[in-house]
Amino acid sequence: MSATVIEGRPNSGTLEESYLGDGFSLRSWLLTTDHKRIAILYLASITAFFFIGGAAAALVRYNLMVPEGMIPSAETYNRLFTMHGVVMVWFFLVPAVPVTLGNFIVPLMLGARDLAFPRLNLFSWYLFMLGGIVVLYSLFTGGVDTGWTFYTPLATTYAKGHVVATVVGIFISGFSSIATGLNFIVTIHRLRAPGMTWFRMPVFLWSLYATSAILVLATPVLAMTLLLLAFERLFHIGVFDPAMGGDPLLFQHLFWFYSHPAVYIMILPGFGIVSEIVPAFSRKPLFGYSFVVWASIGIAVISFLVWGHHMFVAGTSLFSALVFSILSYMVAVPSAIKVFNWIGTMHKGFIRFDAPMLYALGFIGLFTMGGLTGLFVAALAADVHLTQTYFVVAHFHYVMVGGMVSAFFAGLHYWWPKITGRMYPEMWGRAGALIIFIGFHLTFFPQFVLGYLGMPRRYHSYPPEFQVLNVLSSAGATILAVGYLLPLAYLTWSLFRGERAPANPWEATGLEWKTPSPPPTYNFAVTPEVDRAPYSYSPPTPQAPL
Amino acid sequence: MNETVLPREFQYSSSRHQSQTAISGMWLFLASEMLFFGVLFLSWIFCRHWNMAGFDTGAQQTSLVAGTINTVLLLTSSATYTGGARQIEAGNVRGLIRLCALTGLLGLAFLAVKIGYEWRDDFSKHLFPGSGFALAGPARAGAQMFFVFYFVATALHSLHMLVGLGLLAWIIWRARRGAFSAEYSTPVAVVGLYWSFVDMVWVVLYPLIYLIGRTPTQ
Repeated sequence: MSATVIEGRPNSGTLEESYLGDGFSLRSWLLTTDHKRIAILYLASITAFFFIGGAAAALVRYNLMVPEGMIPSAETYNRLFTMHGVVMVWFFLVPAVPVTLGNFIVPLMLGARDLAFPRLNLFSWYLFMLGGIVVLYSLFTGGVDTGWTFYTPLATTYAKGHVVATVVGIFISGFSSIATGLNFIVTIHRLRAPGMTWFRMPVFLWSLYATSAILVLATPVLAMTLLLLAFERLFHIGVFDPAMGGDPLLFQHLFWFYSHPAVYIMILPGFGIVSEIVPAFSRKPLFGYSFVVWASIGIAVISFLVWGHHMFVAGTSLFSALVFSILSYMVAVPSAIKVFNWIGTMHKGFIRFDAPMLYALGFIGLFTMGGLTGLFVAALAADVHLTQTYFVVAHFHYVMVGGMVSAFFAGLHYWWPKITGRMYPEMWGRAGALIIFIGFHLTFFPQFVLGYLGMPRRYHSYPPEFQVLNVLSSAGATILAVGYLLPLAYLTWSLFRGERAPANPWEATGLEWKTPSPPPTYNFAVTPEVDRAPYSYSPPTPQAPL
Repeated sequence: MNETVLPREFQYSSSRHQSQTAISGMWLFLASEMLFFGVLFLSWIFCRHWNMAGFDTGAQQTSLVAGTINTVLLLTSSATYTGGARQIEAGNVRGLIRLCALTGLLGLAFLAVKIGYEWRDDFSKHLFPGSGFALAGPARAGAQMFFVFYFVATALHSLHMLVGLGLLAWIIWRARRGAFSAEYSTPVAVVGLYWSFVDMVWVVLYPLIYLIGRTPTQ
């Protein structure tokens, strides 16, 4: 394949020639098939969902400031945490990195002009929005009180509210996940630039590849499960109802067969982002590249074999619980490999503490704590004590919020100059990273203690002796809220006032930095050719000796 | 080279590059579909295991003749479609259109038997699950659950058939406008994969619905 030039598209890097200058009408955005514009559509959408889910979380923490609950009705409280869970899981965490940073960066990193199926990409955004609107409608006109897990028979028989509508919304948005995953897998297989062999691919691509495999293979399982659930609720028939010959455990098996791999859908892209940032800001090649790659694939494979650890106390046999416990421990191996490799990369590196690096370092710390506490709940005996307590809540928030959201912000700051053509204000970026790190610990560390002391999750009120820790947690949540609003403010500001970004502000490797910021519509005027491994960083040019 | 006149989107290096990508995309979609229907089959078999008598009672209410006729219709339709794909590879557009139309007719006949005859019959016998369910006695719950799976599975399968018929119409429409030739027939191949998949789902459903419950078990 020789380098091809697209005629009539000079590539001097001005805004007018970038993808942002290619049409200003609403139509040019809503009917675009450009992966970069679709990424922006998604970014705006998931930001809205993030703040809706965040508002629900804020009300949950507000309620828990006093033992009897600040919100008078326990039912309202149940609806709030369900809304928080549903919106955050399916409309922020699962799509967040793939559909925004992934959509924008994957073709650029591969040296491709677009994803393999650009129209499917746009279609997936419409599915996502349709599903999101159905869910928001049902949550705002009565809500659901089942929790995000929709356990039967609560969800099928006893729950009040719009269970079916909510489930339909999730069902629809699921197909947008499948479309995105399919697009990424095919693109990575088929549209790599000349010379971009599999093992010259940056780890971000590998982790999105692993994520996409889970999206494509696990999401349909959830789709069918939710369909059966909706059918059961509508027609009062019992696939999951023991009174009618069904089995509620079947629902849990199927639900977690999706929802546990989904945890890795949420975290794997974060691993990818951090694997880009740590080498770039340490000026060293990624330590143990092939280990990091195989760890991503390993996590994706093992993720399908651990769902039973959500059901240790649900009445599964001791033998199956033992097997699932051992398999769950195995996830720790590839996860730890990654953490050690990031640390190995930083070792003797020339570390720069810019905002993306600060967020990435926050990720490593928070994810490590989340991962290690995961071992506590993977242990059978400990889990019997800890399950359904705030320990579990703290554990998965460390992974998903502390880990994943930090990684998302790390990537957003890292690629912000590429996406918008503007630099974000560096000092504010660093302040945001620190505030989020501190606010996060203050919010969720007390919850480990609460859970260990036995406070159950999902309760509207609690015994008075837990109040101090709950107030600490709620206080931390306000700091965390400030930490999340801050990037919203300064990143929005930078869209209009930020300094113009050069093509490669971080002096990073990777094909996405070889095209102007913001990139032109067709990404590359000349298809780039790759002749070396990724992360070919060397120490900065030495200054004159003192 | 006639490569240049063949349709190609800007992100691909050649028309061949684009066609192979489209085909791999469809395979991956079918993998996803496999998991979608897989859950249904798994739940079906699991629930049958615990409600053997009820499921068998339910299965015996179905029409083995109609199901068998439908199986023949659908398998034949995959054969005619494959014949059509062969025709276009040899450059025969008229042959493609004729065999696609025949495939569509077989598909319509399948839906006519499935929905127009079988479903109507099931509804008239009050076999739709719910409070008005016809069967009584100890096997009632199990038989009802059989019909839950029966209706969910056949509805989803029919929906896939409808999508398939739409795709066939699109292939015929494009073929009449001269879009396909011996050099270029990727959409024909892609739709063929889908049509065969829908066929294969039926190959699993046929024994689950009509055969297993009729085998003497105990």
